[in-house]
Amino acid sequence: MFAVRGLGFLNFLLQLKRYLLKLKSRKFPIIPGSIISLFIFMAVFGEILSPYPATKVSLPEKFLPPFFLTKGSMDHPLGTDMLGRDILSQIMAGARPSLIVAVAVLAFGGLGGTALGIMSGYYGGKLDVILMRAADSTIAFPIILAAMLLAIILGPSIQNVIIAISLIIWARFARVIRGEVMSVKERDFVALARVAGASGTQIMFRHIFPNVAHTMVVMLTLQAGYTIIVEATLSFLGAGIPPPTPVWGGLISRGREYIRIAWWIPFFPGMALALIVLSFNMLGDWLREIIDPKLRQV
Amino acid sequence: MNFLEVNDLKTYFFTRWGTVKAVDGVSFSLKEGETLGLVGESGCGKSVTCLSILRLVPQPAGRIVGGQILVQGEDLLKKSEEEMRKIRGAKICMILQDPTTSLNPVLTIGNQLMESIKIHLGLKGQKLRERAVKMLEMLRVPSPEVCLENWPHQLSGGMRQRVVSAIALSCQPLLLIADEPTTSLDATIQIQFLRHLRELQWQTGLTLIFITHDFGIVARMCDKVAVMYAGKIVEMADVRDIFNRPLHPYTEALMKAVPKLEEKVERLVNIEGEPPRPYALPQGCTFTPRCASKKERCQPDQYPPVIETKNGHWVRCWKYV
Amino acid sequence: MASLLEINGLKKYYPIIKGILFKTAGWVKAVDGVSFSIEEGETFALVGESGCGKTTTAKAILLLEKSTAGSILFCGQEISTLKGEELRKYRFSVQVVFQDPFSSLNPRMRVGLIVAEPLMVNSDLPKRLIEERVEEVLAQVGIDHHAVGLYPHEFSGGQRQRIALARSLIVRPRLIILDEPVSALDVSIRAQIMNLLKDLQLKLGFAYLLIAHNLATVRYISHRLGVMYLGKIVELGPMEQVYAKQFHQYTKALFSAALPSHPDLIKDEIVLKGEVPSALAPPSGCRFHPRCFSAMDICSEVEPELGEVAPGHHVACHLYGD
Repeated sequence: MFAVRGLGFLNFLLQLKRYLLKLKSRKFPIIPGSIISLFIFMAVFGEILSPYPATKVSLPEKFLPPFFLTKGSMDHPLGTDMLGRDILSQIMAGARPSLIVAVAVLAFGGLGGTALGIMSGYYGGKLDVILMRAADSTIAFPIILAAMLLAIILGPSIQNVIIAISLIIWARFARVIRGEVMSVKERDFVALARVAGASGTQIMFRHIFPNVAHTMVVMLTLQAGYTIIVEATLSFLGAGIPPPTPVWGGLISRGREYIRIAWWIPFFPGMALALIVLSFNMLGDWLREIIDPKLRQV
Repeated sequence: MNFLEVNDLKTYFFTRWGTVKAVDGVSFSLKEGETLGLVGESGCGKSVTCLSILRLVPQPAGRIVGGQILVQGEDLLKKSEEEMRKIRGAKICMILQDPTTSLNPVLTIGNQLMESIKIHLGLKGQKLRERAVKMLEMLRVPSPEVCLENWPHQLSGGMRQRVVSAIALSCQPLLLIADEPTTSLDATIQIQFLRHLRELQWQTGLTLIFITHDFGIVARMCDKVAVMYAGKIVEMADVRDIFNRPLHPYTEALMKAVPKLEEKVERLVNIEGEPPRPYALPQGCTFTPRCASKKERCQPDQYPPVIETKNGHWVRCWKYV
Repeated sequence: MASLLEINGLKKYYPIIKGILFKTAGWVKAVDGVSFSIEEGETFALVGESGCGKTTTAKAILLLEKSTAGSILFCGQEISTLKGEELRKYRFSVQVVFQDPFSSLNPRMRVGLIVAEPLMVNSDLPKRLIEERVEEVLAQVGIDHHAVGLYPHEFSGGQRQRIALARSLIVRPRLIILDEPVSALDVSIRAQIMNLLKDLQLKLGFAYLLIAHNLATVRYISHRLGVMYLGKIVELGPMEQVYAKQFHQYTKALFSAALPSHPDLIKDEIVLKGEVPSALAPPSGCRFHPRCFSAMDICSEVEPELGEVAPGHHVACHLYGD
């Protein structure tokens, strides 16, 4: 019937399942959803399924246009780049690093920021002041500059990109979640839990977190798109994931100088990027819409 | 002629879960200067009735689907929005339960008070200010001149309610509708407010409708009482008749369920069950599931008709058919 | 024999912090020297208007706030120094039901869990025993046992209040604090809950500390009452005695302000002048003197102490002092 221990998390999962079932009925945005599913699918299986290895150089095949132009063919549906590498394969392979960065950043920065926000909001006092000042300074600092600095100091690598973006993203989560926590903790059931003798940790897990989780989920979706863009920007500027890993930002950057003779080199990766980010944002908006009014009923 | 006459008013809300018949055939009348108490629990339709009089029913879900609202002989339901705007604030005013949300926190009291006077009475400059001060004085606001410069958050709850009333009364309306105006006030502040309102009423001949669930307010302030349940008026009478001889089982039960300070009882009488959910009301008398006097005569598919006894005391109950 | 709960000279001041350096600019004296006691099985009501300190007093008893001064003795033991096992026992002994049924239950938790929580946090009882107790208390408050798997939003206000009550009963407390338990409920539901509270007290024998502003409700279930004004108790005594004759001017005004239960019972009410002053700068001497019709010179200089004017009936007023 109900678990005696570990209630907070189990409760949350049960709640999540209920939500997901209800989600299905509520005008789920199919196109963004499909695009994101495709993205995830490509990230996992892209390397296996791509027609060519993404890094396979083939100089005689360089600058081939996409299939719908003359001299193009279905051998290379989206054309090839300056070294004869297949664009489509590079796009497919590029999905993985983007997804890895996004998931890692959301896990550390997003969940970490949420945890800090909960503690900050619940305990208040000096902890709150310190954390919020830290958050404010992080938000005030220009993110690209910060990430570039970190890349220069620590050297470009996928880990450093994750660290850099997480350090910047945590503050947004912390601030928003803290705001929610401040109103949740005033509700009587929190006082009742204290009267029952529950410890601060128990209260934060069992009472506070489940009541701010919905906000966190929406933020995760919306920040996913943002994270992907930042990562792409860093790669574009050369401070992101270093070659030979194919990343969309890098593709766009390399293709810049050829835009007049082979526009498809930067164009298709750019399109992919735009579509993914747009899809995440639309999904996030939809989530926010269905979660908020539901709350008013609940 | 009656000052206010509501005939068979029907206001429905059309939602995706069904149609809510918030007000389903409500009729009553008021003479000038009278105070009506519209009594009932949450969801009975008393607030929506008054919003309908002002034609402020939230749209698009809500709509007045039938009936007449005659104010001094003119049907408000036939008026254009432009004409209604002239009536609201000038002829008919409303004050709500929470004075805090009724006031704009970023404007001074004077600003808000004078805005209303300016729109409806067209006064300017010194005359405008004088009138604002006079309104605050009428509601016994101490140091009215100073109060004009204050912001809402600087005032206590009781003071805010007086300011809100001053704004409502500043244009000398003929009818004031008060929706649970004292629920958020302390007891001693409540009594100050009610007494001042009564005084004002005697001075100006104001007609008053009090929406409340508190029979104490009804006893203190009202001349006539209409008891509502699930969108209909189930009993209406002069205040003394209602207290001395409540006819409808709901009215009776409600009065027995309320503790009285003046008499100590061993036990309050429960009303079984809960107020009905608004979406699927039965055709017959909606109080039947909770009624202590229900019998076979309570037909399940027809709502009891209006039965009038003496002195304008009428009731809708199969007991009296 | 020691009273169940004994409060002596309780004070709770809230500091007003200004500036970056967290300097204390002043104090809000929410509770300023309150003393009363509650015996086993009785209902003691704390009555007063907003800002008088009754809720703060309740919070101090519940250890939700740390008192600034004074003592709170439960069965003779000072509660502010309790730790470990003793503290747990206290948690079992004193519970609370709040005013707002919509805020008292965690919307993300099932009812079964909500009711079981106090027991789970404080004891190692096996799961089955806990489940049994949950069913037991739900039955006591008249909620069907199927509720354990449901969420709060599926219940009405009155039902939620019963669930909150069940939660407080599960630890078999000896004192339950009721903070305006029926104010947020519909009129017809109030009687149900009031009767339930009365019945449970007769059956299970615990005491209530009732915080309420409606004197009719207070008279219905209370044995004794204390009237608070601006952080102090101004009158204290058995319910019927205080109802029959009030001594303090404020108490008189409060009872006079109670609305009549019949149009023929309309009286000429005592209307106090002015408003409740701020707790930041309470008036000197007797806090009530600026609004009192019988104020004398001494009232603005010396604070009156609670003195007995009749058996068990105390008033803090110079009119009756020595």
